[in-house]
Amino acid sequence: MKKYLYTAITMALLATGCTNDEEFLDREPTNILTEEQVFSDPSVTLSVLANLYDRYYDFGWIQDWWTLSDFNIAFWSELGRYSAFQNSTYDYGAWGTWDYAYIREINLFIERCEPATELDEADKQRFLAEARFLRASYYFELVKRMGGVPLILEAQEYDFSGDASYLRQPRETEAAIYDFVISEAEAIKDMLPSNSGTKSRATKGAALAMEARAALYAGSIAKYGANTPQVSLPGNEVGIPVDKANGYYTKALNAAQQIINGEAGSYALYQKKPDLAENFASIFYDKIENPEVIFVEDYKLQSGKVHNFTIVNQPRFGAEEEEGGRINPSLQFVQSFETLDGVYQPLAATDGSGNPVYYENVGDIFEGRDARLSGTVILPGSSFKGRQVDIFAGYQMPDGSVVSGDSRGQQKEVGNLGNVQVVGFDGPIDGLEFTAQTGFYIRKFQDPKAGSGQRGVQSDVYQMRYRYAEVLLNAAEAAFELGNTSTAADYLNQVRSRAGITTPLTAGDVDFDRIAHERYVELAFEGLHFFDLKRWRIAHIVLDGVPVDENTVSDDIGSATRRETQPLAIWPYKVYEPGSANDGKFIYKTRKLSRVTGADRFQFGNYYSRIGDNVISNNPLIVRNPNQ
Amino acid sequence: MKKFKYSIALLGLLFITASCEKDNYDEPDSFLSGTIMYNGEPVRVGYNEVGFELWQPGFGLLTPIGVAIDQDGSYSARLYDGDYKLKFIPGQGPFRIPEVNAQQGDTILVNLRGDQQLDIEVEPYYMIRNVQFSQSGGTVSASCSLEQIITGDDERTIERITLYLNDGQFVSDNGDANVARGDADISDLSSVSVSLGVPQLNPPRDYVYARIGVKIAGVEDMLYSQVEELSL
Repeated sequence: MKKYLYTAITMALLATGCTNDEEFLDREPTNILTEEQVFSDPSVTLSVLANLYDRYYDFGWIQDWWTLSDFNIAFWSELGRYSAFQNSTYDYGAWGTWDYAYIREINLFIERCEPATELDEADKQRFLAEARFLRASYYFELVKRMGGVPLILEAQEYDFSGDASYLRQPRETEAAIYDFVISEAEAIKDMLPSNSGTKSRATKGAALAMEARAALYAGSIAKYGANTPQVSLPGNEVGIPVDKANGYYTKALNAAQQIINGEAGSYALYQKKPDLAENFASIFYDKIENPEVIFVEDYKLQSGKVHNFTIVNQPRFGAEEEEGGRINPSLQFVQSFETLDGVYQPLAATDGSGNPVYYENVGDIFEGRDARLSGTVILPGSSFKGRQVDIFAGYQMPDGSVVSGDSRGQQKEVGNLGNVQVVGFDGPIDGLEFTAQTGFYIRKFQDPKAGSGQRGVQSDVYQMRYRYAEVLLNAAEAAFELGNTSTAADYLNQVRSRAGITTPLTAGDVDFDRIAHERYVELAFEGLHFFDLKRWRIAHIVLDGVPVDENTVSDDIGSATRRETQPLAIWPYKVYEPGSANDGKFIYKTRKLSRVTGADRFQFGNYYSRIGDNVISNNPLIVRNPNQ
Repeated sequence: MKKFKYSIALLGLLFITASCEKDNYDEPDSFLSGTIMYNGEPVRVGYNEVGFELWQPGFGLLTPIGVAIDQDGSYSARLYDGDYKLKFIPGQGPFRIPEVNAQQGDTILVNLRGDQQLDIEVEPYYMIRNVQFSQSGGTVSASCSLEQIITGDDERTIERITLYLNDGQFVSDNGDANVARGDADISDLSSVSVSLGVPQLNPPRDYVYARIGVKIAGVEDMLYSQVEELSL
């Protein structure tokens, strides 16, 4: 009996189990989303787009602190990085990028999003415009670093025929890539929201800011490229004909003026705080109704997306972790800030006849300068997170000798003072990492929130990509190049008065050096200085491989072509001279750090990064960049 | 059992020696060496500044072999026998490379079979002549004259002439690695002289190396004289 029962059950199972074999095996995957699923729900589409946003290329990136502070604007106070100041040349491949996989994925996104029917039309247009913005941004990055590149606007498919040569594309001209960036920005600007409250997604403001910057770069390459005929290729893959310069400058000015006139939302200079230095530093961390910020990579505490910029750069003394102090701005950078009445003035360490100048307080030598100085640099005597930094190099004895130490805050016998601290807890100590070896720390991008210097918390300061002050400076430069110096002066003065400079520039004051200087001090550490050097074709002059001379370092402060091959230091010393009026005062000495032995040399072959041999082997249509 | 062990060992030995034979290529054993010359005189360049590339077609993906030119203008490379194309990197070196012929351009074809001496004729913008160094009382004096080789459309002016001193034999425009440098007055190129005090050497030495470098306007790599050892 039982046997029959089992047989019946087995039969029944087999019969029912078999009926839907096809369906049973054909399951919806649970670990991947299909194309229709992605492009039917706006939040899923957005998360695909978020991945593309995350892969945006920044030249100077807040997560890689050294990329922000290269080219001797600062010394790197970290053992493993001294070698950057001991070699002379840059590799031809340095700064290269060739990520066509990224372009392909953006192209795929556009091709798949376009036919989507389930998405709301307004959402879809915005997504498409954002993807095109990212694609144009990356082509802009490519053209800045590599020159003209193949312009691929569709996801290429390989037919598996064994011969992929039909996919090869030659390099476009440099101008063609800039034209593409500019025309894309024009095409998408009205598809994007015109909202100054959106910072981390593309907006009309971001598109116009990109257009202004791209057109300005193209214009200056056309104009100043004439000075370096060696840096060009016969097919114009590198180099833009000089007659195109004015056309680009006009486009740059127009795009910038659309932002300035409020056509893209209410952007303005950040002017919320009465202390102008604090105000300047706040641009980068104030996330509440910040009118200056146009486009950023945003970070958020307790979300996993945080960065360690404050940890690695905070003043070492009293730091929340046992590290910090890596970026040490150079003496040349610090003294390039004008006085409040707009005069270039070297730091007065000595008077006219070479005698030291005595200062009551350690920070007095920096008094009365452009507020951006203490907004960008932590100076001796200034504070961060309510704690004063302790920077002094030693005691200057009456016989000319110096008593100093080789560990932070070391104590020694000094004259009749007994055992006293002879060097600051923040240094400077030559060769001791994390101390302020040039005498300075960086303040820009440092997060004043408690915990920002802890590895378990970290910081959420913006990675700045476009901000309003740069738009003003781009407009000023374009106007200047078009001969309209009074407009240029007006834009420059807006930026300068925010920094507390009381004497406005007149139209006659504006020259190339002024424009270059204003960009140097306002946009320092934002990854833009390098491209300024390149597009003005002055990198090989500024970085000419000749060491900086301590005696002439204070000459030509406002000159754009001033030599910048090495960062120099200036150290405060306490004077020990009992009975004298100078006792306990501070003097300053300029010095060259022992770890700085190389002098950077920028070669003609560095203007455009090397395209790898693997790329050229795969695609012989690619021509090499000049001089390499 | 013993036999078995023995045969295992033998098998192992066979395996090892057999794989040796299969895996290894012969090392490259041909020297290509020579000097860059102008009319039989070497053209001296900076340390590790100027070089050329050797390309060997026919092996799939192309990657050049970089060859650096030494301070005295000589070079050498140890290579496999084969057919190479020798090409200077455009725009590098204080000289022009003469065109071989219209079709070949300035590429030099090298058919390497065993050691080969190949002096490469180049055309420098200038030649440094009558170089003389002397030392007295801790001051090094140097003099030279410059002969302009390339004239006409491609001629270049002189940006600066510098005397370098170093405590090692590598004397070039290499940042603070030199112990001293001083620019000469370049108003009269037929008679250039410059003198320079020798700074305190650390550790102390009783000799110093001197060299004159010429920076030609618009040309990146400098032209140099020979390195001279001077006793102090």
